[in-house]
Parts: sequence; C-alpha cells; structure tokens
Amino acid sequence: MHLLDVKGVTKHFGGIKAIEDVSFKIQQESIVSIIGPNGAGKTTLFNCLTGLASVTKGSITFMDAAISGLPAHKILEAGIARTFQNIRLFSDMSAIENVMVAQHSKIKYGFASAALRTAGFRKSELETRQKAFEYLELSGIDSFADLPANSLSYGNQRRLEIARALAAEPKLILLDEPTAGMNPSETSEVMTLIKRIRELGKTVILIEHDMKLVMGISDRIVVLDHGVKISEGTPDEVRTDPMVIEAYLGKEAAH
Amino acid sequence: MKRFLHSPVASALCAALLFLPLKDLKSAVILFVFVLAGISAAPYIRKLKIPQIPFKASGLSGFLPVLTITIFALLPFALKDYYLDVLIMFGIYALLALGLNVIVGFTGQLNLGFAAFYAIGAYTYALLNTRLGLGFWPSLPIAACFASLSGLVLGVPALRLKGDYLAIVTLGFGEIVRIVLNNWDTFTKGPNGIAGIEPPYIAGFSLGKLQYYYYLVFMVVIAAVFVIRRIEFSKTGRAWLAIKENEIAASTMGIDTTAYKLYAFAFGTFWAGIAGTLFAAKMQFVSPESFTFMESVLILSMVILGGIGNVYGSILGAFILVIMPELLRDAQLYRMLILGLCLVVLMIFRPQGLIGAKDASAGR
Amino acid sequence: MLLQQLINGLTVGCVYAVIALGYTMVYGILEFINFAHGEIYMLGAYFGIIFLALFTSSGLAASNFPLAFALTVLLTILFCSAYGFTIEKIAYRPLRKAPRLSPLISAIGISIFLQNYVMITQGATDKVFPQKFGDASFNFLGASATSLQLIIIFASGLMMLGLHLFIRKTRTGKAMRATAQDMTMASLVGINVDRIISVTFIIGAGLAAAAGVMVAAYYGLVNYSIGYVAGIKAFTAAVLGGIGNIPGAMLGGVVLGLIESLGSAYVSAEYKDVYAFIILLIILLIKPSGLLGTSVEEKV
Repeated sequence: MHLLDVKGVTKHFGGIKAIEDVSFKIQQESIVSIIGPNGAGKTTLFNCLTGLASVTKGSITFMDAAISGLPAHKILEAGIARTFQNIRLFSDMSAIENVMVAQHSKIKYGFASAALRTAGFRKSELETRQKAFEYLELSGIDSFADLPANSLSYGNQRRLEIARALAAEPKLILLDEPTAGMNPSETSEVMTLIKRIRELGKTVILIEHDMKLVMGISDRIVVLDHGVKISEGTPDEVRTDPMVIEAYLGKEAAH
Repeated sequence: MKRFLHSPVASALCAALLFLPLKDLKSAVILFVFVLAGISAAPYIRKLKIPQIPFKASGLSGFLPVLTITIFALLPFALKDYYLDVLIMFGIYALLALGLNVIVGFTGQLNLGFAAFYAIGAYTYALLNTRLGLGFWPSLPIAACFASLSGLVLGVPALRLKGDYLAIVTLGFGEIVRIVLNNWDTFTKGPNGIAGIEPPYIAGFSLGKLQYYYYLVFMVVIAAVFVIRRIEFSKTGRAWLAIKENEIAASTMGIDTTAYKLYAFAFGTFWAGIAGTLFAAKMQFVSPESFTFMESVLILSMVILGGIGNVYGSILGAFILVIMPELLRDAQLYRMLILGLCLVVLMIFRPQGLIGAKDASAGR
Repeated sequence: MLLQQLINGLTVGCVYAVIALGYTMVYGILEFINFAHGEIYMLGAYFGIIFLALFTSSGLAASNFPLAFALTVLLTILFCSAYGFTIEKIAYRPLRKAPRLSPLISAIGISIFLQNYVMITQGATDKVFPQKFGDASFNFLGASATSLQLIIIFASGLMMLGLHLFIRKTRTGKAMRATAQDMTMASLVGINVDRIISVTFIIGAGLAAAAGVMVAAYYGLVNYSIGYVAGIKAFTAAVLGGIGNIPGAMLGGVVLGLIESLGSAYVSAEYKDVYAFIILLIILLIKPSGLLGTSVEEKV
C-alpha cells in the first residue's frame, strides 16, 4: 500500500501552467526528495498537497482517501504537515506556543471548560505544553522555548518550523527547503534530524537544492522541470538519467 | 534655497499658510509657532525611549489587578455622583473595548462597525423591556446572544474578505444598522429614540441608583476580564493569535481559520451586547445618535491606545479616553481633534500601544 | 420623471467618480484605503466657499463671475493638493513598511483630525455657498438640466479624460503605472517611487477638491461632516468598478449615482445613504474584484 498517490496533478494560474500532469507514489516510512530548477513547480506541488492551492486537474490520495479539494486544516487532520520555504512562524508568539498551536486539532476540551478552567482543561494544557517541549528538544531548540519566535536565529527558526510540523503528529511531513541559508554544520544537523523523523515512523517529502544532502538522504527522488515530471527513481538512477543531466545537472555544470 | 525648503521654518510657514483661509491671521501665527516648536522638538522626542512597563518581570502582574480592583471597589464611598456616572461609562466602554480587542487584538480582524453590536444590544433590551415588559435579567442574555448572532450573520459572508475590505464591510454594516434604527419609525421610534427603559431589579429592589449600578457594571467588567483571559490562554486564544500572526501557517497547522474568526466575532460582539444592555438600562433611553461611526472609532482607539491584543491595555485605553475628556472639560471642543492626532502619532511612534501587545511573553 | 432622475443621478455620479479616482489611484499603488480622502473633498468645498467669498468682497465676482469662479476652483485645487501632499508625507510615509493596520488607523486619525479642524475653525453649522449660477436650465423631453448640472458633468468628464491621458501618455503617468504594477521593480529601474506617490496624492487631492467646489455649488450647503459620507460613497464607487482600476472608478461612480437617484425616487428617499453600503456589501461579497477588475489568487 502506498501512503500517498499523486495522479495526473495539474495546476494552472490563469494562463500559466505551474504543474502539468505530475504523478508519483510514495511508500510509507521513506524519504523522498523533489528536486528541480527554480520555477519547476515544487512549492506549488506542496501547496496542492496541503490544500493551500486548488488542483486544476488530477487526484491526490492519502492513506486511501481522496484529499484534493479539502481545506488546509482538514489535510492536517488527515495527517500531512509541512514547513515553508519562506519561514511562516507565529512570530510574536513564543517558540513553545508556536509548537502548541500545532497540537490544536488534538486538544479536545471546549470553550466552556476553558472559561471555567476545569481540571480536564488544566490537565490537557499541561500535556500540550509538555509535548511541545519534547518536540522542541527533538529539534534541539528547547533552550529557546520561551523566547519569541522572531528572536531566534534563522537556522533555529527553520528548526522551530520542523518542530511545529512534528507536533501535529502527522504521518507525512513536507519540508520545503529546510536547510536554505544554513551553514554546513547546521545542514548536517538538520539531516540527522530528518533521519530521526523517519525513525519515528514518519514519511518525509523534501524540497531541497543541496544535492549532496538530497543524494545522501533520499530513498527516491522526483525531478520536476517547468512543471513536468522528467524523472523519478533512486538517487543513482536519477543521477545517471540523461534527461536530468540535461535539464538540471547539466545546466548546473554549465555555470 | 533648497536648505530653507527643508527647514522647520519652511514647514511651519507652509502649515500656517494652508491654515490661513480657514481662520484669521492671528490663529495662523499661533499655529506657526506651535508647528515650529513641534517640528524642532521632534528629533529629540524620537530619541526619548519610553520604557516598556515591565509587567511580568516586576512581579506586578499578580499584585496590580488586586490593587486596582480594591481601589475601584472603594471609589463609590469617596466620589460624587457625577464621577460615578463617568466611571460607569468607563465600565461600559471597557466592556466594548474588551470585546473589540478579541476581534481586532487577538484575531487581527479589523472591525470599524463595532458600535452596531453595541446598538443591537441596547435596542434589544430597550424593545424587549418597553414592548414586552421583559426585565433586565432575562433580557441580558437575550441581548448578548442576539448581538453575538448578528456578529455571526455579518461574519459569515464578511470574513472571506481580508484587511481593508473587511474594515469597510464592517463599517458599512455599522452604518446600515444605524440608518435603519434611525428610519424605522414604527419599530424603533426613529431619531426620537426609546424612553422609559427600566433599570435592573433584584427581588423588587431597583439597582437604578448610581452606587448600585456602579457595582453591577464593575462586577460585569471583572467577569468579562476573567472569562476573556481564560479563553486567551486556551487553544481558542492560541488559534486566534496564530490567525493574526500568519493565517496561512495557522490553516496548515489544523486551525479552521474561518470558524475561529467567526468564534472571535461571536465572542467579541457578545460583550458589545452586554455593554449595550447596561447602557440602555443606565440611560433608560436609547437613540441612534449614540451609535455612530465615531463611536466605533472611539472604541477602536481605546483598543489601540492601550495596546492592541492586550486585555489590560483595552481597559487602560477605555479609562484614558473616557476620563481624560472629563478632566479637560474646557478643552471639550478639541477632544476629537486631539484624539485624531494621537492616533497618527501613536501609529508612527508607538504602534504597539501604551502597554504593548503582549504582557504574557517574558523578556520583552 | 425617469429622464430627470437619470440627469440628477449622472450629476452626482460624476462627482463620486471624480473623488473615487483618488481612492483608486492610491490603492493601486499603496494597496491602502486613504480614509482621509473624503475630508479633502470636504476641505475643497469649504475652500471653495471661502475663496469665492473673498472674490465677492473684492468685487471680482460681481464684474466677472466666470473668472472669479475659475480662480476659486484653481486656488482650491492648489490648497487641497498641498494638503494631500502633506498628509501623505506626515501620516502615511513613515508607515509604509508597517503592518497594514497602521496606515489605515493613521488615516482614520487624519480624517477625525481634519473634520474637527474644520469644525473648530469654521463652526459646526452649515455654510452657504453664494449661489451665483442662476436658474438657467435646458429642457428636453420633459426633463430639465440646470447649467450647473451641465457644467459638473462636462467638467468631470474633462477631468477624467485629462487624467486618463496623463496616465497613458506622459512620462510621470507611465512611471505611475509601473509603480502600481511593482513598486520594487519600479524603483530598481530608476523611478523615484516617493515622488510618484507624492504626485498621486497631489492629483487625487486636486480632483477631490474640484469635486468639493462643484458639490458645494450644486447643493448650496456645506458641513464639516460631508467628507465622511461622500468618501464612503466614492470608495464604494471605486470598489464597484474594481479598485485600482481607473476606468472602473469612473464607471462605478456613475453607476452608483444613478442607483442612488433612482432608488430615492422609486424606492425610498429616507434610505438613500443605505444603497451605497448595500451595493458595497454585495459587490465585495460576490465579486470583490469589481466590475472591471480581475481577481488574483493569493501568493503563498
């Protein structure tokens, strides 16, 4: 059984074809990278997968349920969480509050018990906070728990985004350029973190430009160019695919 | 020449010249002097660091509310009726500011028609009381729920809009409510208003006397602060803040943003309904005049002045904007002029308001 | 009867259209509702009365009324443009990078300030415009149009055409369009964005000023609070046509004027001011991009 099945997904913005007929399947507990030059449609694909953009044509099936057309919050409840390329934290909230927000759909108490501050409410809040702290620890930023998110360094903000996505306890986590703007040691730390995420039984889809990272970590790679899937396979298969070399690596080599 | 054009003198001269046709030469000269002084002082004012009130750090956060509550509880023994009257209005405006703060401050959805919900609360009680003979206590929840329901009715379509558009739609709604109240003579008695509204009774005992009414309003405000603070620090409050900070991220974190914006509308307007009922019962009279656009702006100014998103800031803002004009009775004419100017200055120099956006996050 | 209402509606609609241009131009560039724009129109009406009174007392209005009126309009435009320029510089420019709530609140502040500024200096009672246009009217098909109505329609048309040509043909106009499309890009190619924004405010204020004088002459009465209602209506017109879209603002203004006039005549005059708001609500809820606007999906 595949965790995610993307079939013929097409996305047009007005006259612009951002994604054209892209299909691929993803195995449970794998790490899949989506690569491609700028403007290939990678982030748009993420937006389609997470309900931020509507799909013009095609279908997305997640755990045997159709999810295309669902609003973003329903997709999270179905079990897909994500991070953003251009960091989207709740910047005036503290790091731990950011992570607590992600547990929103797991919290069961209602409006009245919050207003009355019932025992159930207090217990649930305490658990939420503890769990949030655990995810901060996992991402290695627990020492910043009470600082406002926007005071964190760039690298730590990216890690906070990962912690926040993890706190939603998704089956599948989409990371949009998690190492962008990081130095090599930070990058290798994030690589370790991604591997830990998989060990937790989660599946990861990664958009990444750092080829070393991609080749080292991915089980499979999907290559997009101008919105079209031009190749798919293991790192070794993709590396030797003439289409990829021409469209992507070839261009890079020419620089 | 070019240097002169950028000098404070040139700017002040310009201001005086622009002003001149509206009044006389003497006033223009006075204006010139004031503007010159203002512009010359501006760079120094800019350098002044207004210290952030260290709410949490100083341990005041527990003590200050207790002190404030004690002082306000004792005030009726010390104050003349006139001042009690002003303080009752302060309480009513504090409720309004608290309610609007839920919508604007917590959730980040601008609302320029909040007076409409205040009006709906006031008129609901006025009509229930004068037409059906219903008392204050059964009317209070009905009026609050009805205001809340109108908040939902406006919210369902309007919350699909963002930012400025939402602001304008809410403004339009506020105007429509006021104009309907003004023109629907057979039902609302139009501009003449509805008189003869009863004050609240407890076991046949009237609370119409100022001292009693003061305590009633006082209790309601404390209850409101209690409830709102608790909701603020629950999953609902976090969802609201998340929507304000980044709506897209909030939706991908599992928050049904439309629903939570609606909750904020319904919850915020609920307090406006309560404030309206209290207002109608206090005045024993309501007319559309009390619910103009300026009223909405005034309530919004309270929220912004104190510190947007801060419960105590809203109360402080209400206090300043209700009490200040009473202290400056001679300057009554200039009240709104100064308010307008303050809004601009505040936005430029201290957009987070007097107390600041959040007292909850330490270290800032 | 119907034709008469159409003429009245067209007159008022032209005025809305001229004010709406200011909203739409500013929105096109800064994506910000210049809430104080209606007050500039109100100032225009007051300046019109003040300057015309000045020319009346100096005797110019008696000897050569058209010249006196033309000078009045010119001076009013000059003054109001200066107000528009100053307001942008003081109240909006420092907030250009601030959250979107800030400039809007600042604009509300300016609006309250200007209303009270005029109320304090000019008094809270209505001001009368010295009616000098006579009752000459032109009859056709049972309806009549006064000379003033014709002047308003004609002058508004001229201003709209002038603005259209300015934006299409001149260097500054092209720079304005470039800035509206992409401010960062415009500044990269060497356009002085600050200057373009100033020009936008100056033109917008000048148009509102002209509208103010025309309305003062048309209704004969002016009050410090007229700017708010007119502003909202003009804004409605701008949204109706598609905000940021200049021909849209013109169309929106005329349509709104006609709806109001017909609504007052055939439905209820008491609810005249509600029509604009109801149309605004309906438009925003059904087609927020307006009659001539195009919608864009939000970038993530």
